Amino acid sequence: MFGKLSLEAIPYHEPILVAVGIVAAIGGLALFGALTYFRKWNWLWSEWFTSVDHKKLGIMYFIVALVMLLRGFADAIMMRTQLAMASAGSAGYLPPEHYDQIFTAHGVIMIFFVAMPMVIGLMNLVVPLQIGARDVAFPFLNNLSFWLFVAGALLVNISLFVGEFAKTGWLAYAPLSGIEYSPGVGVDYWIWALQISGIGTTLTGINFFVTILKMRTKGMTLFRMPIFTWTSLCANVLIIASFPILTVTIALLTLDRYLGMHFFTNDFGGNMMMYVNLIWAWGHPEVYILILPAFGVFSEVIATFARKRLFGYNTMVWATVCITLLSFIVWLHHFFTMGAGANVNAFFGIMTMIIAIPTGVKVFNWLFTMYRGSLELSSPVLWTLGFIITFTLGGMTGVMLAVPAANFVLHNSLFVIAHFHNVIIGGVVFGMLAGLTYWFPKAFGFKLDEKWGKRSFWCWLVGFYLAFMPLYVLSFFGAVRRMQSYENPEWQSWMILAWVGAVIIMLGIACTVIQFYVSIRDRRKYADVTGDPWDGRTLEWATSSPAPFYNFAHLPQVESVDCFWEQKQQGIATVSKGPYQDIHMPKNTVAGPIISLFALIMGFALVWHIWWLAIVGAAGTFISFLARIFNEDVDYYVPAAEVERIELEHQQRLKLHEQQPEDESVLNTRFGVQV
Amino acid sequence: MTTETLSHHDAHDHHDAGGTKVFGFWVYLMSDLVIFGSLFATYAVLMKGTAGGPTGADIFELPFILVETFLLLFSSFTYGMAVLAMNAGRIGQIQAWLGITFLLGAAFVGMEIYEFQHLIHAGFGPDRSAFLSSFFTLVGTHGLHVTFGLIWILVMLVQLRTKGLNDVTRPRILCLSLFWHFLDIVWICVFSFVYLMGVL
Repeated sequence: MFGKLSLEAIPYHEPILVAVGIVAAIGGLALFGALTYFRKWNWLWSEWFTSVDHKKLGIMYFIVALVMLLRGFADAIMMRTQLAMASAGSAGYLPPEHYDQIFTAHGVIMIFFVAMPMVIGLMNLVVPLQIGARDVAFPFLNNLSFWLFVAGALLVNISLFVGEFAKTGWLAYAPLSGIEYSPGVGVDYWIWALQISGIGTTLTGINFFVTILKMRTKGMTLFRMPIFTWTSLCANVLIIASFPILTVTIALLTLDRYLGMHFFTNDFGGNMMMYVNLIWAWGHPEVYILILPAFGVFSEVIATFARKRLFGYNTMVWATVCITLLSFIVWLHHFFTMGAGANVNAFFGIMTMIIAIPTGVKVFNWLFTMYRGSLELSSPVLWTLGFIITFTLGGMTGVMLAVPAANFVLHNSLFVIAHFHNVIIGGVVFGMLAGLTYWFPKAFGFKLDEKWGKRSFWCWLVGFYLAFMPLYVLSFFGAVRRMQSYENPEWQSWMILAWVGAVIIMLGIACTVIQFYVSIRDRRKYADVTGDPWDGRTLEWATSSPAPFYNFAHLPQVESVDCFWEQKQQGIATVSKGPYQDIHMPKNTVAGPIISLFALIMGFALVWHIWWLAIVGAAGTFISFLARIFNEDVDYYVPAAEVERIELEHQQRLKLHEQQPEDESVLNTRFGVQV
Repeated sequence: MTTETLSHHDAHDHHDAGGTKVFGFWVYLMSDLVIFGSLFATYAVLMKGTAGGPTGADIFELPFILVETFLLLFSSFTYGMAVLAMNAGRIGQIQAWLGITFLLGAAFVGMEIYEFQHLIHAGFGPDRSAFLSSFFTLVGTHGLHVTFGLIWILVMLVQLRTKGLNDVTRPRILCLSLFWHFLDIVWICVFSFVYLMGVL
């Protein structure tokens, strides 16, 4: 009846998990109660969950990502605490089977459920606005992608309280992840969480690729697109070309585990190294899916705050395209030690080093944009400066790893851990936090508090160096990765130093939370009435903040890169002027959440081998999709009068703002997003 | 999704919704092609991994597969006729050609199921060796795609009856046509690389 699921699967004998479970339950009940008490369920469902508005989906991606960041970071600080304690024969407080789950969950969560949704969330929020579109090409699919991602995230969190998570490392290398060595449900949770959310990601990739190629406004040729849109385009090409490989790899592992096939087994002709090849053929493009949009953020931020056109726009675009292509021919550098032979290793080593060239081009472009600009040291700029230094360092250790001979020494050591945190924290995390600060007013209509933003930055920067430089040092002493304790007592001081760094990063995260609180409290003081708080250069700043649901009353006309900036210099009117016309918009839909709910049920049932429930889930997914296909009531027209009302309201506020910028009572009406 | 075009509305604001859908479907097909590409690569790596079990030459019956192949190829032709009928606006003809396509596709899937069942009964199931795992998975993935295509044909037959030909159904029939021909091309690769080279 319930497959492998029994009461034994609830970890009530693990005190840490029980405590976490109680806290989560109290938090969940409090949230549930508050929503019920304030009668917000209907609002949440009809305005947000079923919304096809790309801006709201972007915000929801970010909220889920920030919640998952807390979970992923909790894993991180637990690991650092364990390693600071477990030295010279001391066992620490986490037994190995628990520690292994934690480092696996940390990697999986940080990449798939924090970094990816942040990147995709920013794309959602920004790309349609930057290209002057009213929505994405396929708004329903966009909503569906989000909910499939949520279903995957939920499965990972369910594994915390029902059963276990994988103990295999974040990529679940075979044959360790095969049924013989991982008979529990941990790997199955990993499989279905990634499979379900991965399909959502593929749909997003297709959606945004088509949006950028087909929905650009009048006059916006490819080489007039903002850099963030360019980097998003390339990231989406990578998604379309690489995520299907992940889908196949996980599917083959599933067949091995569920139907006894022999793709990655040690016997019956299976080939374990094929798993590593396949997973990295997806995995290496994946890191560029994360970093390219971050590069885009830094480009926008640096041009805006230096008050200069980005230096070398064309080289920036071509560097991005080069990285996109090169990212597919370097995957083998993740396993030089496999024994592919000197020639193969040399090829992949050289290709890897070549990527440093277009990346170097980018770094120089950012430096020259700042050079002789009037750089304003706002918190997005601080993140960018911190990025340039940290990422360059991480890039250099990457080139060291790309030397096959050196790699034989460094492989599987803490050097690798230090390197990829160096580029992911210094690149992706800094980039996403810069982007969050930079585009926050466009999403909500008020800016984030600068003081707490800068505090967060300094904590992250100092914390990062304290936490990860010791790992570089230890790796030279021979410390290998994925260890729950280290015998050598001399290493403990370095481990404690790394723990201090993690604690400082925790303070940085706390600063961000306080920043949200302070900014929401003082939102009138920080209100962005003009829609253009930073004196921006690209189209998202041409409309009001928060942008109306149709984005632009008129689709803007574009004649050059940074056209909005030029129009401001010439004093040309904005997109808000009448006369107005009816606007064609998609309707909200319940299909996305419902399809994903059934997908979640199916995933959970498959993890536990509850076959009848899996059939219910699959049938539900299929039937609710069919229902969507037969629904013709999917769009409507916003009447011109409604557009006029919204736009006049915006112009009215603008006028009042110019006359008496201190008058807060007027601004109060503007918070369409009622915080 | 945008589904109708009203001429009195701001024409230049309006993107060609049907065209965007078909283009989006092309992009989806490219991602699906990566799936098949990965499965072909897997098959190439594992085809020698027979683990003492049968090789391709032992179990493939080329005449049987040839009949299967011609069923599918011919169904591509009949689907092409359906699209021609759509361009001429003849709903009855579209339904007839789609019906024939469905029968041919169903016969193809039926023969494949028979082949699989036959192999499993002979003890050559997908858990016998890595070669058979990759063979069943590659061919089975194609078969699953064809099965989804069959369901899609049924959906289109119903929608043609209830909605007729309009801006919703036209792009869908075009997308399905792309899907169907795409599966044909993939099958030609399966036939050449798996069956033909396996026997030769």
